[in-house]
Amino acid sequence: MKKFDYDIIVVGAGPAGSTAARYAAIGGAKVLMLEKDRDVGYPVRCGEAVSHEGVAQFIKPDPKWIASSVSKFRLIAPNGSSVVPKLDGGGYVLERRVFDYELAKLAASEGVEVITKAYVYDLLREDGKIVGVQTLIKDKKVDIRSKIVIAADGVESRVGKWAGMDTTCHIRDMESCAQMTLSGIEVDPDVLDFYFGDEVSPGGYLWVFPKGKDTANVGLGLSVEEAKKKSAIKFLHEFVDRKFPKVAMLTHIAGGVPCAKTNPEIVKENVILVGDAAHQVNPVSGGGIISGMIGGMIGGQVAAEAIVRGEVLHLREYDKRWHKRLGWRHDIFYNIRNAIGNFDDETYNNICDSALKLPEDKRTLGGIFRSALWNQPSMILDVAKVFLS
Amino acid sequence: MPQPHLMIHIVPGKCDYCGCCVGVCPEDAIELMESKIALIEDRCTNCRKCVWACPWEVIEFHRDGVDHLPKQIPQMINEAVKF
Repeated sequence: MKKFDYDIIVVGAGPAGSTAARYAAIGGAKVLMLEKDRDVGYPVRCGEAVSHEGVAQFIKPDPKWIASSVSKFRLIAPNGSSVVPKLDGGGYVLERRVFDYELAKLAASEGVEVITKAYVYDLLREDGKIVGVQTLIKDKKVDIRSKIVIAADGVESRVGKWAGMDTTCHIRDMESCAQMTLSGIEVDPDVLDFYFGDEVSPGGYLWVFPKGKDTANVGLGLSVEEAKKKSAIKFLHEFVDRKFPKVAMLTHIAGGVPCAKTNPEIVKENVILVGDAAHQVNPVSGGGIISGMIGGMIGGQVAAEAIVRGEVLHLREYDKRWHKRLGWRHDIFYNIRNAIGNFDDETYNNICDSALKLPEDKRTLGGIFRSALWNQPSMILDVAKVFLS
Repeated sequence: MPQPHLMIHIVPGKCDYCGCCVGVCPEDAIELMESKIALIEDRCTNCRKCVWACPWEVIEFHRDGVDHLPKQIPQMINEAVKF
Protein backbone atom coordinates (compact mmCIF):
# COMPACT_ATOMS: atom_id res chain seq x y z
CA MET A 1 0.00 0.00 0.00
CA LYS A 2 2.99 2.31 -0.15
CA LYS A 3 1.78 4.10 -3.23
CA PHE A 4 -1.28 5.26 -1.29
CA ASP A 5 0.72 7.51 0.98
CA TYR A 6 0.35 11.26 0.57
CA ASP A 7 1.16 14.49 2.36
CA ILE A 8 -2.31 15.89 1.67
CA ILE A 9 -5.61 14.40 0.54
CA VAL A 10 -8.20 16.81 -0.86
CA VAL A 11 -11.78 15.50 -0.70
CA GLY A 12 -13.85 17.00 -3.53
CA ALA A 13 -12.78 18.35 -6.92
CA GLY A 14 -14.92 21.49 -7.24
CA PRO A 15 -13.31 24.93 -7.61
CA ALA A 16 -12.29 25.10 -3.93
CA GLY A 17 -10.83 21.57 -3.91
CA SER A 18 -8.91 21.94 -7.17
CA THR A 19 -7.51 25.29 -6.07
CA ALA A 20 -6.49 23.91 -2.66
CA ALA A 21 -4.81 20.92 -4.34
CA ARG A 22 -3.05 23.13 -6.87
CA TYR A 23 -1.59 25.51 -4.26
CA ALA A 24 -0.66 22.66 -1.92
CA ALA A 25 1.30 21.05 -4.77
CA ILE A 26 2.93 24.36 -5.70
CA GLY A 27 3.99 24.60 -2.05
CA GLY A 28 5.84 21.31 -2.37
CA ALA A 29 3.35 18.75 -1.01
CA LYS A 30 2.48 15.36 -2.51
CA VAL A 31 -1.26 15.70 -3.11
CA LEU A 32 -4.13 13.38 -3.99
CA MET A 33 -7.57 14.75 -4.88
CA LEU A 34 -10.63 12.49 -4.63
CA GLU A 35 -13.96 13.15 -6.38
CA LYS A 36 -17.07 11.11 -5.56
CA ASP A 37 -18.71 11.64 -8.95
CA ARG A 38 -17.57 10.07 -12.19
CA ASP A 39 -16.86 13.46 -13.77
CA VAL A 40 -15.06 16.53 -12.48
CA GLY A 41 -17.37 19.51 -13.07
CA TYR A 42 -20.58 17.55 -13.55
CA PRO A 43 -23.35 17.73 -12.48
CA VAL A 44 -23.36 21.53 -12.23
CA ARG A 45 -25.07 22.87 -9.09
CA CYS A 46 -24.79 26.57 -9.58
CA GLY A 47 -26.00 29.77 -11.25
CA GLU A 48 -22.48 30.06 -12.70
CA ALA A 49 -21.94 33.83 -12.40
CA VAL A 50 -18.56 35.24 -11.30
CA SER A 51 -16.77 38.59 -11.54
CA HIS A 52 -14.03 39.13 -14.14
CA GLU A 53 -11.68 40.30 -11.44
CA GLY A 54 -12.36 37.35 -9.15
CA VAL A 55 -11.73 34.66 -11.70
CA ALA A 56 -8.65 36.33 -13.22
CA GLN A 57 -6.74 35.78 -9.97
CA PHE A 58 -6.72 32.07 -10.67
CA ILE A 59 -7.05 31.29 -14.36
CA LYS A 60 -6.62 33.04 -17.70
CA PRO A 61 -10.07 33.71 -19.19
CA ASP A 62 -10.81 31.25 -21.98
CA PRO A 63 -13.84 31.33 -24.33
CA LYS A 64 -14.34 27.61 -23.86
CA TRP A 65 -15.65 28.12 -20.31
CA ILE A 66 -17.26 31.53 -20.79
CA ALA A 67 -20.92 31.30 -21.83
CA SER A 68 -21.50 35.06 -21.60
CA SER A 69 -19.58 38.13 -20.57
CA VAL A 70 -21.87 40.66 -18.89
CA SER A 71 -21.42 44.33 -18.00
CA LYS A 72 -24.71 45.11 -16.26
CA PHE A 73 -27.17 43.75 -13.79
CA ARG A 74 -30.85 44.54 -13.55
CA LEU A 75 -32.78 44.53 -10.29
CA ILE A 76 -36.46 43.86 -10.89
CA ALA A 77 -38.89 44.92 -8.17
CA PRO A 78 -42.12 43.05 -7.37
CA ASN A 79 -44.19 45.72 -9.21
CA GLY A 80 -42.19 45.08 -12.38
CA SER A 81 -40.17 48.28 -12.40
CA SER A 82 -36.46 47.75 -12.79
CA VAL A 83 -33.17 49.53 -12.36
CA VAL A 84 -29.90 48.72 -14.15
CA PRO A 85 -26.92 49.66 -12.02
CA LYS A 86 -23.43 49.58 -13.37
CA LEU A 87 -21.40 46.48 -12.58
CA ASP A 88 -17.87 47.20 -11.39
CA GLY A 89 -15.59 45.52 -13.89
CA GLY A 90 -18.09 43.08 -15.38
CA GLY A 91 -18.77 39.40 -14.95
CA TYR A 92 -18.89 36.04 -16.67
CA VAL A 93 -21.55 33.39 -16.79
CA LEU A 94 -19.47 30.22 -16.80
CA GLU A 95 -19.75 26.77 -18.28
CA ARG A 96 -18.95 25.14 -14.97
CA ARG A 97 -18.58 21.68 -16.45
CA VAL A 98 -15.63 22.99 -18.51
CA PHE A 99 -14.38 25.48 -15.93
CA ASP A 100 -14.08 22.93 -13.11
CA TYR A 101 -12.36 20.53 -15.49
CA GLU A 102 -9.78 23.17 -16.41
CA LEU A 103 -9.14 23.96 -12.74
CA ALA A 104 -8.52 20.27 -12.07
CA LYS A 105 -6.15 20.20 -15.03
CA LEU A 106 -4.24 23.15 -13.57
CA ALA A 107 -3.90 21.17 -10.33
CA ALA A 108 -2.77 18.11 -12.28
CA SER A 109 -0.15 20.20 -14.09
CA GLU A 110 1.41 20.89 -10.66
CA GLY A 111 1.63 17.17 -9.95
CA VAL A 112 -1.68 16.57 -8.15
CA GLU A 113 -3.03 13.04 -8.61
CA VAL A 114 -6.79 12.79 -9.11
CA ILE A 115 -9.20 9.87 -8.75
CA THR A 116 -12.87 10.16 -9.71
CA LYS A 117 -15.64 7.85 -8.53
CA ALA A 118 -13.83 7.78 -5.19
CA TYR A 119 -16.28 8.12 -2.31
CA VAL A 120 -14.86 9.00 1.10
CA TYR A 121 -17.03 7.31 3.72
CA ASP A 122 -14.97 8.05 6.84
CA LEU A 123 -11.68 9.32 8.16
CA LEU A 124 -8.94 6.79 8.82
CA ARG A 125 -7.75 6.76 12.43
CA GLU A 126 -4.86 5.10 14.21
CA ASP A 127 -4.49 5.40 18.00
CA GLY A 128 -7.19 8.07 17.89
CA LYS A 129 -5.26 10.18 15.39
CA ILE A 130 -6.50 11.00 11.88
CA VAL A 131 -4.08 9.39 9.42
CA GLY A 132 -6.04 9.58 6.15
CA VAL A 133 -9.39 8.61 4.67
CA GLN A 134 -11.41 5.47 4.05
CA THR A 135 -12.81 5.31 0.56
CA LEU A 136 -14.89 3.28 -1.82
CA ILE A 137 -13.15 3.36 -5.17
CA LYS A 138 -15.11 1.59 -7.87
CA ASP A 139 -17.01 -0.15 -5.05
CA LYS A 140 -13.84 -1.49 -3.37
CA LYS A 141 -12.83 -0.36 0.10
CA VAL A 142 -9.46 1.39 0.00
CA ASP A 143 -7.71 3.14 2.91
CA ILE A 144 -5.48 6.03 1.87
CA ARG A 145 -2.99 7.62 4.25
CA SER A 146 -2.06 11.28 4.48
CA LYS A 147 -0.67 13.74 6.99
CA ILE A 148 -3.36 16.36 6.30
CA VAL A 149 -6.93 16.12 4.96
CA ILE A 150 -8.50 19.10 3.17
CA ALA A 151 -12.29 18.77 3.10
CA ALA A 152 -13.68 20.45 -0.02
CA ASP A 153 -16.75 18.24 -0.05
CA GLY A 154 -19.30 20.95 -0.60
CA VAL A 155 -22.61 21.82 0.98
CA GLU A 156 -23.07 18.13 1.85
CA SER A 157 -19.75 18.07 3.73
CA ARG A 158 -19.40 15.32 6.30
CA VAL A 159 -15.61 15.10 6.59
CA GLY A 160 -15.55 18.06 9.00
CA LYS A 161 -18.15 16.39 11.23
CA TRP A 162 -16.10 13.20 11.37
CA ALA A 163 -13.14 15.32 12.50
CA GLY A 164 -15.28 16.81 15.28
CA MET A 165 -16.29 20.13 13.70
CA ASP A 166 -19.99 20.99 13.64
CA THR A 167 -20.61 22.03 10.03
CA THR A 168 -24.39 21.74 10.13
CA CYS A 169 -25.93 24.78 8.44
CA HIS A 170 -28.84 26.33 10.33
CA ILE A 171 -32.04 26.16 8.28
CA ARG A 172 -32.48 29.95 8.37
CA ASP A 173 -29.07 30.26 6.63
CA MET A 174 -29.39 27.45 4.10
CA GLU A 175 -30.78 28.51 0.73
CA SER A 176 -32.83 25.81 -0.91
CA CYS A 177 -32.31 26.25 -4.68
CA ALA A 178 -33.71 25.03 -7.97
CA GLN A 179 -32.53 25.95 -11.44
CA MET A 180 -33.25 25.20 -15.07
CA THR A 181 -31.14 26.03 -18.10
CA LEU A 182 -33.67 27.22 -20.67
CA SER A 183 -33.06 27.60 -24.39
CA GLY A 184 -35.18 29.10 -27.15
CA ILE A 185 -35.82 32.20 -25.05
CA GLU A 186 -34.89 35.83 -25.61
CA VAL A 187 -32.37 37.23 -23.17
CA ASP A 188 -29.95 40.12 -23.19
CA PRO A 189 -26.52 38.43 -23.16
CA ASP A 190 -24.98 41.49 -21.48
CA VAL A 191 -27.24 41.60 -18.40
CA LEU A 192 -27.69 39.54 -15.22
CA ASP A 193 -31.32 39.73 -14.05
CA PHE A 194 -32.35 39.54 -10.40
CA TYR A 195 -36.04 39.35 -9.45
CA PHE A 196 -37.20 40.12 -5.93
CA GLY A 197 -40.43 39.77 -4.03
CA ASP A 198 -42.77 37.36 -2.29
CA GLU A 199 -44.21 36.02 -5.54
CA VAL A 200 -40.87 34.85 -6.97
CA SER A 201 -38.70 34.12 -3.93
CA PRO A 202 -39.61 35.44 -0.47
CA GLY A 203 -36.48 36.60 1.34
CA GLY A 204 -34.25 35.44 -1.50
CA TYR A 205 -34.06 36.20 -5.20
CA LEU A 206 -34.60 34.65 -8.58
CA TRP A 207 -31.88 34.91 -11.19
CA VAL A 208 -31.84 34.84 -14.99
CA PHE A 209 -28.20 34.57 -16.05
CA PRO A 210 -27.66 34.60 -19.83
CA LYS A 211 -25.62 31.94 -21.57
CA GLY A 212 -25.64 33.56 -25.01
CA LYS A 213 -28.59 35.28 -26.70
CA ASP A 214 -31.17 32.51 -26.47
CA THR A 215 -30.20 30.51 -23.39
CA ALA A 216 -30.10 31.27 -19.66
CA ASN A 217 -29.79 29.76 -16.24
CA VAL A 218 -33.10 30.50 -14.52
CA GLY A 219 -33.03 29.65 -10.85
CA LEU A 220 -33.92 30.76 -7.37
CA GLY A 221 -32.93 30.28 -3.80
CA LEU A 222 -34.96 30.80 -0.67
CA SER A 223 -34.21 30.24 2.97
CA VAL A 224 -35.28 26.84 4.24
CA GLU A 225 -37.46 28.69 6.77
CA GLU A 226 -39.45 30.01 3.78
CA ALA A 227 -39.19 26.75 1.83
CA LYS A 228 -41.12 25.09 4.67
CA LYS A 229 -44.21 26.85 3.33
CA LYS A 230 -43.52 26.34 -0.38
CA SER A 231 -40.62 24.57 -2.03
CA ALA A 232 -38.03 26.01 -4.40
CA ILE A 233 -39.17 23.82 -7.28
CA LYS A 234 -42.77 25.09 -6.97
CA PHE A 235 -41.62 28.72 -7.10
CA LEU A 236 -39.41 27.98 -10.09
CA HIS A 237 -42.07 26.16 -12.08
CA GLU A 238 -44.57 28.96 -11.46
CA PHE A 239 -42.13 31.61 -12.66
CA VAL A 240 -41.07 29.66 -15.74
CA ASP A 241 -44.68 28.84 -16.69
CA ARG A 242 -45.53 32.53 -16.41
CA LYS A 243 -42.46 34.03 -18.02
CA PHE A 244 -41.07 31.41 -20.41
CA PRO A 245 -43.87 29.05 -21.43
CA LYS A 246 -43.04 26.44 -24.09
CA VAL A 247 -39.27 26.56 -24.10
CA ALA A 248 -36.53 23.95 -24.21
CA MET A 249 -35.37 22.85 -20.78
CA LEU A 250 -31.73 21.77 -21.10
CA THR A 251 -30.96 21.14 -17.45
CA HIS A 252 -33.03 20.90 -14.30
CA ILE A 253 -31.19 20.81 -10.99
CA ALA A 254 -31.54 21.20 -7.25
CA GLY A 255 -28.98 22.67 -4.88
CA GLY A 256 -28.23 24.07 -1.46
CA VAL A 257 -26.17 27.16 -0.61
CA PRO A 258 -24.93 27.77 2.95
CA CYS A 259 -25.41 31.58 3.23
CA ALA A 260 -23.96 31.75 6.71
CA LYS A 261 -20.94 33.24 8.38
CA THR A 262 -17.81 31.16 7.97
CA ASN A 263 -18.16 27.93 9.97
CA PRO A 264 -17.02 28.62 13.58
CA GLU A 265 -14.31 25.96 13.17
CA ILE A 266 -12.49 25.40 9.89
CA VAL A 267 -9.36 23.78 11.34
CA LYS A 268 -9.25 20.79 13.68
CA GLU A 269 -6.15 18.71 14.29
CA ASN A 270 -4.90 17.86 10.81
CA VAL A 271 -8.16 18.53 8.94
CA ILE A 272 -9.17 21.83 7.32
CA LEU A 273 -12.36 22.85 5.52
CA VAL A 274 -12.50 24.93 2.32
CA GLY A 275 -15.29 26.23 0.06
CA ASP A 276 -18.96 25.45 0.76
CA ALA A 277 -17.84 22.89 3.35
CA ALA A 278 -16.43 25.81 5.36
CA HIS A 279 -19.46 28.01 4.53
CA GLN A 280 -17.15 30.36 2.59
CA VAL A 281 -20.05 31.79 0.60
CA ASN A 282 -20.94 35.48 0.24
CA PRO A 283 -24.11 35.44 2.35
CA VAL A 284 -25.81 38.24 0.39
CA SER A 285 -25.28 37.02 -3.17
CA GLY A 286 -24.94 33.32 -2.43
CA GLY A 287 -21.87 33.36 -4.68
CA GLY A 288 -19.30 30.83 -3.57
CA ILE A 289 -17.04 30.08 -6.55
CA ILE A 290 -14.42 32.78 -6.11
CA SER A 291 -14.62 32.94 -2.31
CA GLY A 292 -14.31 29.15 -2.19
CA MET A 293 -11.27 29.34 -4.47
CA ILE A 294 -9.72 31.99 -2.23
CA GLY A 295 -10.37 29.74 0.77
CA GLY A 296 -8.91 26.83 -1.20
CA MET A 297 -5.81 28.79 -2.16
CA ILE A 298 -5.13 29.92 1.41
CA GLY A 299 -5.87 26.44 2.75
CA GLY A 300 -3.62 24.75 0.19
CA GLN A 301 -0.79 27.17 0.84
CA VAL A 302 -0.98 26.82 4.62
CA ALA A 303 -1.25 23.03 4.40
CA ALA A 304 1.87 22.86 2.22
CA GLU A 305 3.70 25.11 4.68
CA ALA A 306 2.67 22.79 7.52
CA ILE A 307 4.04 19.80 5.58
CA VAL A 308 7.33 21.50 4.74
CA ARG A 309 7.79 22.62 8.37
CA GLY A 310 6.59 19.32 9.73
CA GLU A 311 4.22 21.19 12.06
CA VAL A 312 0.54 20.33 11.91
CA LEU A 313 -0.17 23.11 14.42
CA HIS A 314 0.73 25.58 11.67
CA LEU A 315 -2.71 24.80 10.12
CA ARG A 316 -4.26 27.24 12.61
CA GLU A 317 -2.74 29.96 10.44
CA TYR A 318 -5.36 29.11 7.80
CA ASP A 319 -8.21 30.32 10.01
CA LYS A 320 -6.39 33.62 10.66
CA ARG A 321 -5.50 34.27 7.02
CA TRP A 322 -9.00 33.42 5.79
CA HIS A 323 -10.67 35.79 8.25
CA LYS A 324 -8.20 38.54 7.43
CA ARG A 325 -8.80 38.12 3.70
CA LEU A 326 -12.57 37.52 3.39
CA GLY A 327 -14.09 36.06 6.55
CA TRP A 328 -14.52 39.48 8.18
CA ARG A 329 -16.41 40.76 5.14
CA HIS A 330 -18.69 37.74 5.11
CA ASP A 331 -19.56 38.47 8.77
CA ILE A 332 -20.78 41.94 7.73
CA PHE A 333 -22.57 40.61 4.63
CA TYR A 334 -24.32 38.09 6.84
CA ASN A 335 -25.87 40.92 8.87
CA ILE A 336 -26.92 42.69 5.66
CA ARG A 337 -28.48 39.44 4.44
CA ASN A 338 -30.58 39.29 7.59
CA ALA A 339 -31.80 42.86 7.03
CA ILE A 340 -32.67 42.19 3.37
CA GLY A 341 -34.41 38.97 4.36
CA ASN A 342 -37.02 41.08 6.18
CA PHE A 343 -37.81 43.35 3.22
CA ASP A 344 -41.38 43.16 2.00
CA ASP A 345 -42.59 43.85 -1.55
CA GLU A 346 -43.30 47.48 -0.75
CA THR A 347 -39.75 48.04 0.44
CA TYR A 348 -38.32 46.57 -2.76
CA ASN A 349 -40.66 48.73 -4.86
CA ASN A 350 -39.62 51.85 -2.93
CA ILE A 351 -35.93 51.06 -3.28
CA CYS A 352 -36.35 50.62 -7.02
CA ASP A 353 -38.32 53.87 -7.35
CA SER A 354 -35.75 55.87 -5.42
CA ALA A 355 -32.90 54.29 -7.41
CA LEU A 356 -34.56 55.33 -10.66
CA LYS A 357 -34.51 58.93 -9.45
CA LEU A 358 -30.73 58.82 -9.16
CA PRO A 359 -28.64 60.14 -12.06
CA GLU A 360 -27.39 57.21 -14.16
CA ASP A 361 -23.76 57.55 -13.14
CA LYS A 362 -24.76 57.26 -9.48
CA ARG A 363 -26.68 54.02 -10.04
CA THR A 364 -24.11 51.76 -8.49
CA LEU A 365 -25.06 49.19 -5.89
CA GLY A 366 -23.64 51.47 -3.19
CA GLY A 367 -25.55 54.45 -4.59
CA ILE A 368 -28.80 52.50 -4.58
CA PHE A 369 -28.21 51.32 -1.04
CA ARG A 370 -27.56 54.88 0.17
CA SER A 371 -30.59 56.20 -1.68
CA ALA A 372 -32.74 53.43 -0.25
CA LEU A 373 -31.66 54.42 3.24
CA TRP A 374 -32.40 58.08 2.53
CA ASN A 375 -35.90 57.37 1.22
CA GLN A 376 -36.76 54.72 3.74
CA PRO A 377 -35.76 56.19 7.09
CA SER A 378 -37.10 53.13 8.88
CA MET A 379 -34.50 51.07 7.02
CA ILE A 380 -31.72 53.09 8.58
CA LEU A 381 -32.84 51.72 11.91
CA ASP A 382 -32.97 48.17 10.55
CA VAL A 383 -29.53 48.41 9.05
CA ALA A 384 -28.12 50.16 12.10
CA LYS A 385 -29.57 47.38 14.24
CA VAL A 386 -27.87 44.65 12.25
CA PHE A 387 -24.55 46.47 12.17
CA LEU A 388 -24.65 47.23 15.87
CA SER A 389 -25.90 43.83 16.98
CA MET B 1 -31.31 10.58 20.56
CA PRO B 2 -32.49 8.05 18.00
CA GLN B 3 -36.21 7.29 18.05
CA PRO B 4 -37.62 3.86 17.39
CA HIS B 5 -40.30 5.11 15.06
CA LEU B 6 -38.90 6.45 11.76
CA MET B 7 -41.09 9.08 10.10
CA ILE B 8 -38.77 10.34 7.36
CA HIS B 9 -39.01 8.86 3.89
CA ILE B 10 -36.80 9.52 0.88
CA VAL B 11 -38.94 8.82 -2.17
CA PRO B 12 -36.98 6.31 -4.27
CA GLY B 13 -35.75 7.48 -7.65
CA LYS B 14 -36.71 11.13 -7.24
CA CYS B 15 -33.51 12.60 -5.72
CA ASP B 16 -31.15 14.91 -7.63
CA TYR B 17 -28.29 14.21 -5.13
CA CYS B 18 -27.70 17.93 -4.49
CA GLY B 19 -26.80 17.53 -0.81
CA CYS B 20 -28.95 20.34 0.59
CA CYS B 21 -30.51 17.88 3.08
CA VAL B 22 -27.10 16.62 4.21
CA GLY B 23 -26.01 20.21 4.85
CA VAL B 24 -28.83 20.85 7.34
CA CYS B 25 -28.90 17.40 9.00
CA PRO B 26 -27.67 17.87 12.59
CA GLU B 27 -27.25 14.11 13.16
CA ASP B 28 -25.08 13.19 10.13
CA ALA B 29 -27.88 10.77 9.30
CA ILE B 30 -27.86 10.94 5.49
CA GLU B 31 -25.47 9.03 3.25
CA LEU B 32 -25.08 10.62 -0.19
CA MET B 33 -23.07 9.12 -3.02
CA GLU B 34 -22.95 10.01 -6.71
CA SER B 35 -26.39 8.63 -7.40
CA LYS B 36 -27.40 6.96 -4.17
CA ILE B 37 -29.01 8.43 -1.11
CA ALA B 38 -29.98 6.71 2.12
CA LEU B 39 -31.08 7.55 5.64
CA ILE B 40 -28.91 6.18 8.39
CA GLU B 41 -32.01 5.13 10.28
CA ASP B 42 -30.58 4.70 13.77
CA ARG B 43 -29.26 8.28 13.74
CA CYS B 44 -32.39 10.00 12.42
CA THR B 45 -34.43 11.92 15.02
CA ASN B 46 -37.31 12.84 12.68
CA CYS B 47 -36.47 16.54 13.06
CA ARG B 48 -37.75 17.26 9.51
CA LYS B 49 -35.01 19.74 8.56
CA CYS B 50 -34.17 17.63 5.49
CA VAL B 51 -37.86 17.59 4.51
CA TRP B 52 -38.01 21.39 4.56
CA ALA B 53 -34.62 21.85 2.89
CA CYS B 54 -35.16 19.56 -0.09
CA PRO B 55 -35.66 21.84 -3.13
CA TRP B 56 -37.42 19.06 -5.04
CA GLU B 57 -39.79 17.71 -2.34
CA VAL B 58 -38.05 14.34 -2.41
CA ILE B 59 -38.08 13.80 1.36
CA GLU B 60 -41.40 13.28 3.12
CA PHE B 61 -42.59 13.25 6.70
CA HIS B 62 -45.09 10.55 7.69
CA ARG B 63 -46.39 10.85 11.23
CA ASP B 64 -47.60 7.24 11.16
CA GLY B 65 -44.20 5.87 10.26
CA VAL B 66 -42.60 4.80 7.01
CA ASP B 67 -42.50 1.00 7.30
CA HIS B 68 -45.27 0.55 4.75
CA LEU B 69 -43.59 2.75 2.11
CA PRO B 70 -41.48 1.35 -0.76
CA LYS B 71 -37.72 1.65 -0.30
CA GLN B 72 -36.72 0.35 -3.70
CA ILE B 73 -37.07 2.03 -7.06
CA PRO B 74 -39.75 0.14 -8.98
CA GLN B 75 -38.17 -1.85 -11.78
CA MET B 76 -40.90 -1.42 -14.37
CA ILE B 77 -42.54 1.73 -15.66
CA ASN B 78 -46.01 0.30 -15.11
CA GLU B 79 -45.07 -0.34 -11.49
CA ALA B 80 -43.84 3.23 -11.16
CA VAL B 81 -47.02 4.84 -12.44
CA LYS B 82 -49.02 3.02 -9.78
CA PHE B 83 -47.60 5.42 -7.20
